[in-house]
Amino acid sequence: MAYERSDRTGADDGADTALALKILVAGGFGVGKTTLVGSVSEIRPLRTEERLSRAGELVDDTGGVDRKTTTTVAMDFGRITIRAGLSLYLFGTPGQDRFWFLWDELAQGALGAVVLADTRRLEDCFPAVDYFEHRKIPFVVAVNCFEGARSYGAQEVSRALDLDTGTPVLLCDARDRDSGKEVLIRVVEYAGRMHTARLLDTVG
Amino acid sequence: MTSQWYDAEAGPLVRPYAMTGGRTKPGPSNVRFDLIALVVVDDDPPGRAEEDLLGPEHRALLSLCRAETQSVAELAADADLPVGVVRVLLGDLLEAGFVRVSRPVPPAQLPDERILREVIDGLRAL
Ligand SMILES: Nc1nc2c(ncn2[C@@H]2O[C@H](COP(=O)(O)OP(=O)(O)OP(=O)(O)O)[C@@H](O)[C@H]2O)c(=O)[nH]1
Ligand SMILES: [Mg+2]
Repeated sequence: MAYERSDRTGADDGADTALALKILVAGGFGVGKTTLVGSVSEIRPLRTEERLSRAGELVDDTGGVDRKTTTTVAMDFGRITIRAGLSLYLFGTPGQDRFWFLWDELAQGALGAVVLADTRRLEDCFPAVDYFEHRKIPFVVAVNCFEGARSYGAQEVSRALDLDTGTPVLLCDARDRDSGKEVLIRVVEYAGRMHTARLLDTVG
Repeated sequence: MTSQWYDAEAGPLVRPYAMTGGRTKPGPSNVRFDLIALVVVDDDPPGRAEEDLLGPEHRALLSLCRAETQSVAELAADADLPVGVVRVLLGDLLEAGFVRVSRPVPPAQLPDERILREVIDGLRAL
């Protein structure tokens, strides 16, 4: 891996081979993003202090708002150490649309994403689905099975969301570690398949 | 008194950025570190005297880096500082030669299949 270095001479040591991979966890408000990140990793809150004017550029005109203030955007952040020099980082994206501008940064270089869905309000995950489809970031849809929600089959959800064929849909329980692990495994597998397919596309 | 707290570029002083002297962007190198960019201590760092001149936040970050190679996001979480502030402080440390920061992986350059296989096996074994 290439390193920025003040004197630009470059250097080779063990740390240069360290690899960090990133998976995003997105979905509507209260769908279980924090729960999922917490069930598979040691979760830590990450504060990004954004100047309101910057956020305001992309949303409505903040006219009367004092431009000197900042707003704190909190997101979930977890690390899973696969081995020394190979880590998987999870980022739970902020649920509010107001902070779309943060997604672009998060999405850069992401291996893949999980879109969490709640069948009682499936439409809440439309923005996330659109977002990842447009940027060609491989994602799986994980239906978080809340009690009291009628259970739908993966097929039904796939059709309701009008997903591209091949986009995996699976049912999960965000509170359950094994279930969360399975979701991540599916993302990595799918990302690998998509990547290979794209490589083949460019060759032939 | 006030003028030394911020430069013209940075505009009005924003409280969380007080410890960066009001700067909200990293210095001349002008790199915006990715959240998962990895920070390692430089193997040929400046001397003790220069380190003593660093502020407490710079030093706190440096000691976190010394303990372990960490991502920008982890440093922010551990130091309990907003990411924007950590980026500026890291920019200073980079410029002064205390640390090195990995460049973000270009989006098209996914790790090879062997690595992904390792990740999957690692997840199963969790
Ligand atoms: N029954 C059930 N409850 C869940 C499940 N997952 C999460 N919850 C609960 O749903 C609530 C919201 O979960 P969070 O993980 O905070 O959701 P979130 O997506 O992070 O919410 P925001 O960050 O506010 O958008 C919490 O009270 C969880 O305990 C699940 O699989 N089943
Ligand atoms: Mg949450």
